[in-house]
This record gives sequence, C-alpha cells and structure tokens, in this order.
Amino acid sequence: MSASALPATWPRKLVLGALGFAVFLALWQVATWGNDITDVPGPVLTLKGLVELATAGVLWRNIIASVFRVAWGFCLAAAVGIPLGVLMGWNRDVALFSNPMIQMLRPISPIAWIPFAVVIFGGANFELRGRVLFDASDSSAIFLIFLASFFPIVTATTSAVRSIELKYLRSAANFGVRGLGLFRRVILPAAMPQILTGLRLALGIAWVVIVAAEMLGVTSGLGFQVNDSRNNLRMDYVSAAMVVIGVVGLLLDTAMSNLEASALARRGMSRR
Amino acid sequence: MSALPARRAKIEVKSVHKTFSTEKGAVHVLDEVNLTVREGEFLAIVGPSGCGKSTLLNCMAGFERITSGSITIDGKEVDHPDPKRVFVFQETGIFPWYSVWDNVGFGLNGMPFDAKHEHVMKFIHLVGLEGFERAFPAELSGGMKQRVEFARALAVEPDVLYLDEPFGALDAFTRIEMRREIVRIWRETGKTCILVTHDVSEALELADRVAIMTRRPATLHSVLNVDMPRPRDSDDPPFRAMKDEIFKVLGVERRV
Repeated sequence: MSASALPATWPRKLVLGALGFAVFLALWQVATWGNDITDVPGPVLTLKGLVELATAGVLWRNIIASVFRVAWGFCLAAAVGIPLGVLMGWNRDVALFSNPMIQMLRPISPIAWIPFAVVIFGGANFELRGRVLFDASDSSAIFLIFLASFFPIVTATTSAVRSIELKYLRSAANFGVRGLGLFRRVILPAAMPQILTGLRLALGIAWVVIVAAEMLGVTSGLGFQVNDSRNNLRMDYVSAAMVVIGVVGLLLDTAMSNLEASALARRGMSRR
Repeated sequence: MSALPARRAKIEVKSVHKTFSTEKGAVHVLDEVNLTVREGEFLAIVGPSGCGKSTLLNCMAGFERITSGSITIDGKEVDHPDPKRVFVFQETGIFPWYSVWDNVGFGLNGMPFDAKHEHVMKFIHLVGLEGFERAFPAELSGGMKQRVEFARALAVEPDVLYLDEPFGALDAFTRIEMRREIVRIWRETGKTCILVTHDVSEALELADRVAIMTRRPATLHSVLNVDMPRPRDSDDPPFRAMKDEIFKVLGVERRV
C-alpha cells in the first residue's frame, strides 16, 4: 500500500502542513533578500508591519469593515438567491424566463460593475428609520458582494431543487403533503446539501471580490488597507494586509464548512 | 389456507393502455391490460424489466395517468395519489433528513402530539424498531431502513400497499428476512398488497396470486393461483413446478 492510500492522521497532517508552510516562508525570504519596505518585503518585514498595524488598531477596524460588508452582501444574496433558485428549479417556465438573463450576467466580473456601483450607490447613505444602516461607500461594496455571491447561490439552488429524487416528491404527494409543507419538509431539506455547497462557494468568491471592491471610494476595509498602503509606499503594510486577507478567508471557509458538515452529519452525508 | 371465500374486487384495471410518445414514435408500455385485485389479497406481478409492470403500479397509485381504459379502486377512478393507498419504495425512499420517528409520522400531520406519538410508536413496534425511533436513516442497516419504509406506509392506515421491488437493494439474507416480515405484517394488518418484482421465487413465496406480464405485447399474460400453505419452501416440488411454469410463459431458460 502506498503512503497516499493510508488515511491521514492528524500528526501527519500537522507535520506535513507545517513543513510546506516553512518551505514557502523560506523561499519567500530568499526571494526578497535585502529588500526594504518600499520593495516586495520578506516575511520578517511583513510580520513587523503586521504588528504595527495591529497595535495601531487600524487592522481590527479594517477587518471588521470588510467582514461587515461581506456579511451584508452575502446574506442579501442568499435571501434573494435561494427563493429564486427554488422557483427556477421547481417551475420550468420560471427557469426558461430567467435563466438566459442570469447566465448572461453571471460571467461579468463584479469588478466590472465598480463604476456603476459608485454611480448608483455612491451618493447617498442607506437609512432605516432615521439610522444610517450603511454609508454610501458601504452600499456600493455591498452591492458588488451581492453580485459576486448571488449567481453561485442561484445556480446551486436551481440545480439542487431540479435534482431532487422523484421518489421523495412522490412520497410527499402520496401522503398528501403539498404547498408550503412540501417546501419546508421535503424540498428544502432535500436540496440543502447542494445549497450549502453553493453558499460556501459564494462566500469564497465574495471574500475575493471584497478586496477589489474596497479599492475605490471607501476609507476602510482590508482592500482599502492594501491600496492606501501602496499609495504611502508602505509595501510591508500591503503584504501584512494580504496575510490577514488569507487568514480571514481561511477562517470564513472553515466556519462555512463546519456549518455544512454539522448540517449534514446526522444524515450521514458529511464529506469529512 | 388458500381455500378463500370469494372476496370482493378492490381494484379493477380495465383495458388499460399507456403510450409514451418519443422521437421515434409512440411506445406502447401497456397494451390492453385487464386485472382484478381482490380485497385483502397479496398479488404479485412478475415480468422481465421493461415489461411495464412498474408503470402499471405507478398508474394504479395515481402517479402516472393512463392513456385509455380505466383503473378504479372501490369503484372510484384513480386520478391522483392518495394516503389510502401507499407506495412502498426501496429502502432508500425514506427521508434521510428525518429521524425514524419523523419518517414514520410523516403522513400524520395535524394529529395532536400525544396521539401522534402513540400512533408512531405503535408502528415502530410493529416493524420491530423499538429503541431506534431517534436514529437517523444513515445509522440504520438496509433491512432496518426497509422496516422504516413499511412503518411510514402503514402509519397512515392505508387499504392498499403498492410494493415496487421493495427488496431489490437488500442483500440476500436480509431479503429473506424482510420477505418473512412483509408476510407477517400483511397477515396482521389485512391490507391489500400488490408487489411488483422480476424475481419469480419472491412472487411465489409471498403472493396468493401471481400475474405474469410479457414485454411484447406489453400486457398481462395470465394470473396463477398460488395454492401453497405458508410458510413456503422454494425447494418443495410444487413450488418448483410453478416456477418452471412461469419461466416457460416468460420464455426464459432458467438453468444456467
């Protein structure tokens, strides 16, 4: 039996993972040997910059700003995308009506929408009962995150509902379960594994897009941090922000995959 | 055992035709099928795959519409699925997102909780799954899932059970056990059972009568009375003789 056929035990995972990471750091250090903070910085400079950003407090503010925008855009996309996907999966005419449009809009990168996002949302604060829910710059970033996560969610939900096995639907019909009960007790749980996969994918894309979305017209967030530091020729802050983007992205994905696993575990459908 | 009094007709299938239109033209899946199912009997329909036996069952359950002819249950035309006649799928038909309890209680919406609990537990007991009511299907063996499937169907107290190759996905030993179980449940509850299978021995072990379907023409060839006492032994000479007879009708060489 070859080594790769053995199940990965956690010490093995830890050791090999750490080793790979160490190799990466070493290559990074060698490649950037002798550079200072106006050039591509090495890992040591990056760490120093990270500590500076963290102690100055801006880092936390920027992380929170980015996560806030992603959370809003993502949740709005799920709130619109899941019901629309269910409708499209359930009713062929709805799918025929909306699918060509959706498939045409889907390949347009959210980045391309930035000019319009600024024009549409750049002028006004978003208020609810007199309170500023998010300011003008937040709105355009949230709109871009919405676009980025909406399409994977709709597509995954549509295909999830369309591929529900006939025997589940026939059982429900046989026991006289119709309408909202059918949706709640059969359609939604049957489609849930695929919907969760779509949500996880969407969140990953959203996090990639937030950095680009924050490069224009905002004064907070990790994308702003990258852009602002470059303008100030503090490339160590740029790489520090990149490290943070990576770590937060990893945490978001881990949280999502835990949610996915726990939702599916008792059904024996967890992939872990 | 089988010296039965003449029982009244429960289901009447009269000159049923079912045609699917495809690009290559119309395909006659059912071609002039006539069949009467008596109340409380166990009827098996055997035939090779593609002979339309599952389609016939789906039409009897109201999942599919017939092209012409009529199917009536207690004199009423079948035009939609109804909890009075429940379809039992292979073991994989139960809902993996629900516990055993929730699966068995699936068709009992609107019942007050205490009554529902008592009712659900009665059927969990009937199929011998006490202690597993909180388990999820993924934690159960194939045979146990099949029991849940039966309990879910029986819990709504239907008159008719449609069994569409319910043991097809089980291993050989579990299959024997489940056949014994279904005979026991059928005797205890007195439901009208219609089994569709391509397994001739299974049909002869379980049924009071065996209807034989052929592929060309896609129709019912004949119906045999199985006058053998239960429990039945597939090695008994009369059993083997009936098996040979059915294979002869189907035009299949049985020996390997």
